[in-house]
Amino acid sequence: MAEKKAERKAEREEEEPRIGVYVCHCGVNIAGVVDVKEVAEYASKLKNVVIARDYKYMCADPGQQLIKDDIKEHKLNRIVVAACSPRMHEPTFRRALEEAGLNPFLFEQANIREHNSWVHMKQPKEATEKAKDLTRMAVARARRLEPQQKPKVKVERAALVIGGGVAGIQSALDLADMGFKVYLVEKTPSLGGKMAQLDKTFPTMDCSACILTPKMVDAARHENIEIITYAEVEEVDGFIGNFTVKIRKRAKQVLEDKCTGCGLCAEACPVEVPNEFDQGLGVRKAIYVPFPQAVPLVYTIDDEACLGCGMCEAVCGPEAIDYDQKDEVLELKVGTIIVATGFDQFDATRKPEYGYGRYENVITGLEYERLVNASGPTGGKLLRPSDGKEPHRIGFILCVGSRDAKVGNPYCSRVCCMYSIKNARLYKEKHPEAEVYIFYMDIRAYGKGYEEFYRQAQEEYGIKFIRGRPGEVVEDPKTKNLLVRVEDTLLGLPLEVELDLVVLAAGMEPARDSDKVQRLLRLSRSADGFFAEAHPKLRPVDTLTDGIYLAGTCQGPKDIPDTVSQASAAAARAAIPMAKGEVETEPIVAFVRKELCIGCRICERTCDFGVITMVDRKAQVNEAICKGCGACAAACPTGAMQIRHFTDEQIYAMIEAALREEAEEGGREEVKAEAR
Amino acid sequence: MAMAEFEPKIVAFMCNWCSYAGGDLAGTSRLQYPPNARIIRLMCTARLDPAFVLKAFAEGADGVLVAGCHIGDCHYVSGNLKAEKRVKMLKKLLPELGIEPERLMLRWISAAEGERFANTMKEFIARVKKLGPSPLSVSARG
Ligand SMILES: Cc1cc2nc3c(=O)[nH]c(=O)nc-3n(C[C@H](O)[C@H](O)[C@H](O)COP(=O)(O)OP(=O)(O)OC[C@H]3O[C@@H](n4cnc5c(N)ncnc54)[C@H](O)[C@@H]3O)c2cc1C
Ligand code: SF4
Ligand code: SF4
Repeated sequence: MAEKKAERKAEREEEEPRIGVYVCHCGVNIAGVVDVKEVAEYASKLKNVVIARDYKYMCADPGQQLIKDDIKEHKLNRIVVAACSPRMHEPTFRRALEEAGLNPFLFEQANIREHNSWVHMKQPKEATEKAKDLTRMAVARARRLEPQQKPKVKVERAALVIGGGVAGIQSALDLADMGFKVYLVEKTPSLGGKMAQLDKTFPTMDCSACILTPKMVDAARHENIEIITYAEVEEVDGFIGNFTVKIRKRAKQVLEDKCTGCGLCAEACPVEVPNEFDQGLGVRKAIYVPFPQAVPLVYTIDDEACLGCGMCEAVCGPEAIDYDQKDEVLELKVGTIIVATGFDQFDATRKPEYGYGRYENVITGLEYERLVNASGPTGGKLLRPSDGKEPHRIGFILCVGSRDAKVGNPYCSRVCCMYSIKNARLYKEKHPEAEVYIFYMDIRAYGKGYEEFYRQAQEEYGIKFIRGRPGEVVEDPKTKNLLVRVEDTLLGLPLEVELDLVVLAAGMEPARDSDKVQRLLRLSRSADGFFAEAHPKLRPVDTLTDGIYLAGTCQGPKDIPDTVSQASAAAARAAIPMAKGEVETEPIVAFVRKELCIGCRICERTCDFGVITMVDRKAQVNEAICKGCGACAAACPTGAMQIRHFTDEQIYAMIEAALREEAEEGGREEVKAEAR
Repeated sequence: MAMAEFEPKIVAFMCNWCSYAGGDLAGTSRLQYPPNARIIRLMCTARLDPAFVLKAFAEGADGVLVAGCHIGDCHYVSGNLKAEKRVKMLKKLLPELGIEPERLMLRWISAAEGERFANTMKEFIARVKKLGPSPLSVSARG
């Protein structure tokens, strides 16, 4: 029975094309510009078109039902919908075909909205002509479409999480709790990211380390999580379900399974260098952990700073030091990948008018966090870098490197208002007599409890908010005090405010090595430089590459609550294919017409992925690893190499139809344009 | 009798991931540009067989636009580099056929560059208008 049915179906698909054309109004989005009835009427006269209709919303249930009914009633075997972009609704219509028993690849969509009615709004006549052309091209291609089977592949039940900030930690924990194996790869020697550097967190004022370190420890203890620190991804191959990843684990020169984290080595080490974790304000030894609660608590030798004096080795009880340790390259198999590579702080020297890098008492937000932190370089006492005195007058300048087209960052960094208010309040709490200013353009306190937090700062803490973007900061070379020049735009008055310390709310930028990560994973970037999501509203954590997801600030500026929510969302999305156990992949891959192949090997040389081999002097394609780019087909001199669903004939048909009216005219029997 | 202004016929080959998507963004942003181009979607510009371009000219196209991801952004790593080579080769070949190489244009347009997409359309269409009908297209139209 079922076999018979399948047979009949296959026959129908190979028969003379019987095409149904559906022109969508999309409400007024298309019909407001394009004469959809005229387009349907025109389409009905094209060769092989059996029925052509126009309808209000083709993507809605009744629209799809129309297609399904027509397939049955008119024995249609090819469907063309002229509507929005195929990038929008191709999957929707393909499903409708499938439900009506037709192979989903016998479908073609003409883009008469994004590429037509929306971009030629004042040229209805020309837009209607263009819609006809696009429909004719789609019909020409549809006539030559062939059924395709979507290969199913098994999904590895393991995930790679790149970046061990709070986003990466959260995604890893969620996936591990669902029962999946997780490899959490972090570039630095410890998990934690920027959150580990923060002192308190707005608006609840929890101590950052107190809420973060338990998560770090959970991740380290979890039986499903393998933490790989001091490591970077070097190569990514494959596709959803079956990624092969190469990871370079740099030599710490300390054996992870032996080091107990006692720290005797660091005490013995004679070399001191600036500590990155303290933004270079404090020092660490050549053998170090970035901060006391580091996870894993394993010391690392900074090879560049190390003198090789042997002091650490001499004091290490468990004999964990191994100067000869080499980088290790691990190869992992994973089904999905979550990118959580975070952000970097805007380089404030790019705003020279504020004197950062020239004036000692101008610091950044992250430096401030380290200076007020009990485990920071000053033991938690905020001291002026120039003279080690406690400042009495502090000013916070907002939007440094954000909402600033001049430095190429027109976007808002979303956290600077709030963290500056946080830091202003913290100082006032300890020093009620201090004078604290915030220079702002607008205050963006959009989160839960944020506006209230801001109001309190104004009303109860007596922090002075001055609306205006300072023009410059000038240092008094004698006192090292700073003069902030600003126009108070509420009063319309130019002001000069003398301060002891200026803190720049340097914004968020895409992490400095984003280019590398982008290339490895073939991600897209949005205009702001952060990694682009597949759809800004409906697929905010997916990327355009199946099986790769985004978590945290690598996708755009975020505070911790938003970072954590998105990280959980990414974990949930990544879990779907892994829970299902298999996914369907695109059948758009190369194939060979053996009778045409002359064995010239041009395709073999053209393919960058080693997909093609020669068997009996004929090209052979390994479909499982073919990406379907088409380079081989374009290079083949005989037309032997082809791409499924993008064959030469299909493309030539579109070129002809684009330029030739008569090529596809001459309709058949029962041709009628019907409108509902 | 006033001659209607020459409206060139343009065929555009665009990759699915970047440039075609950039065109979608131009649409959602309602950026207006002239309606002369007919876009053919390829998965990657690597699929661009030089013969497609020649075919388009032979069929009477006045201009051919090829658009793909920026170098380094290719969904297939280096497909766009292959397209770049082929377009360079074609630009050398076209004069032999009596076609000005300016009638063929290659542009990198990302999915985030709706404006660049619309501007490319405007620029290229204006350029081909200036060149006038393709010598082949005149003969094609008899
Ligand atoms: C001064 C300041 C104060 C702030 N205060 C607050 C606050 O009070 N409350 C609040 O909610 N938010 C605050 N934030 C925001 C908060 O810091 C971020 O929301 C949070 O850190 C984002 O986490 P993340 O994991 O996305 O990124 P990150 O913290 O940047 O973590 C990314 C991690 O990935 C690693 N990594 C990067 N590239 C690679 C690679 N190629 N391979 C492997 N690993 C890699 C990095 O080393 C890092 O560990 C503040 C931000 C700043 C700058
Ligand atoms: S389409 Fe051709 S060139 Fe591209 S990956 Fe497949 S075999 Fe290689
Ligand atoms: S390029 Fe074409 S003809 Fe040459 S080996 Fe490959 S498939 Fe065969």
